[in-house]
Amino acid sequence: MIEGIGVTDFIVVATIMFFVGVYGFIVRKNLITILMSVELILNSVNINFVAFNKYLYPDLLQGYMISLFVIGIAAAEAAVAIAIILNVYRKLQGIDVEHVDTMKY
Amino acid sequence: MERLIFYILALTIILFSVMTVTSRNILRAAIYLLFVLLATAGIYFLLNYNFLAAVQLTVYSGGVVVLIVFAVLLTAKIDHKLEPVNKVKSALTALLAIIGLGAILWAVFGYNFTGNGMAEGAYDVKAIGSSLLSYGQYGYVLPFEVISILLLAAMVGAIMIAKRYKND
Repeated sequence: MIEGIGVTDFIVVATIMFFVGVYGFIVRKNLITILMSVELILNSVNINFVAFNKYLYPDLLQGYMISLFVIGIAAAEAAVAIAIILNVYRKLQGIDVEHVDTMKY
Repeated sequence: MERLIFYILALTIILFSVMTVTSRNILRAAIYLLFVLLATAGIYFLLNYNFLAAVQLTVYSGGVVVLIVFAVLLTAKIDHKLEPVNKVKSALTALLAIIGLGAILWAVFGYNFTGNGMAEGAYDVKAIGSSLLSYGQYGYVLPFEVISILLLAAMVGAIMIAKRYKND
């Protein structure tokens, strides 16, 4: 624990980061920048888990473990997403979301 | 002193997150994302979670950012600038995000967080390792095995998707 810093300070930072990620997810058009926004969102949730673990249940390891698993899943998600983006680029010569409407009804 | 470091890290995180979603040069956005992830690792170090900070540094700021930078280099010209976003759409989205932020912060500040008041446990890597592989209470062997299958599936899937086929 840090003197003078409560659990709410961590939540404030993580929430701001989360909604900046949501903003980027909606506004951005390039698929890679959208992926970056998703990484911001996942990372902010990790900060929350860690802060709750440290401040509210310091004798347990649950938030810590969930953060570890979220980091692993985020890495797997990024790898698959980038494979899909490279394939889209090869087929459509662009990775803006306007190009990717082949499956739209 | 630790308080000052926390404020510096928090400011870095907020500033560079905003720059990540507003920068028009996509490679710069990736580097700003790297700074955000490094500052997050700094917060983990500040909370004395050394192993988690090391994982964050290697997997996130090492692996994911390098992956993103490679994807950028393979799909865009290095001095390519993204189109500026529509002002009305940007303002509306920012309004939506601020409303959501306000709602969450209102709920957070109205809630009284109380811990279980226990002393801090041991955080050596040995405890984490035995917790990951034990199947009793607070054991995580099932998610550990599930995530190993998930990582294998993601690896095979990424190779299959990104592979170049002959009839393309």
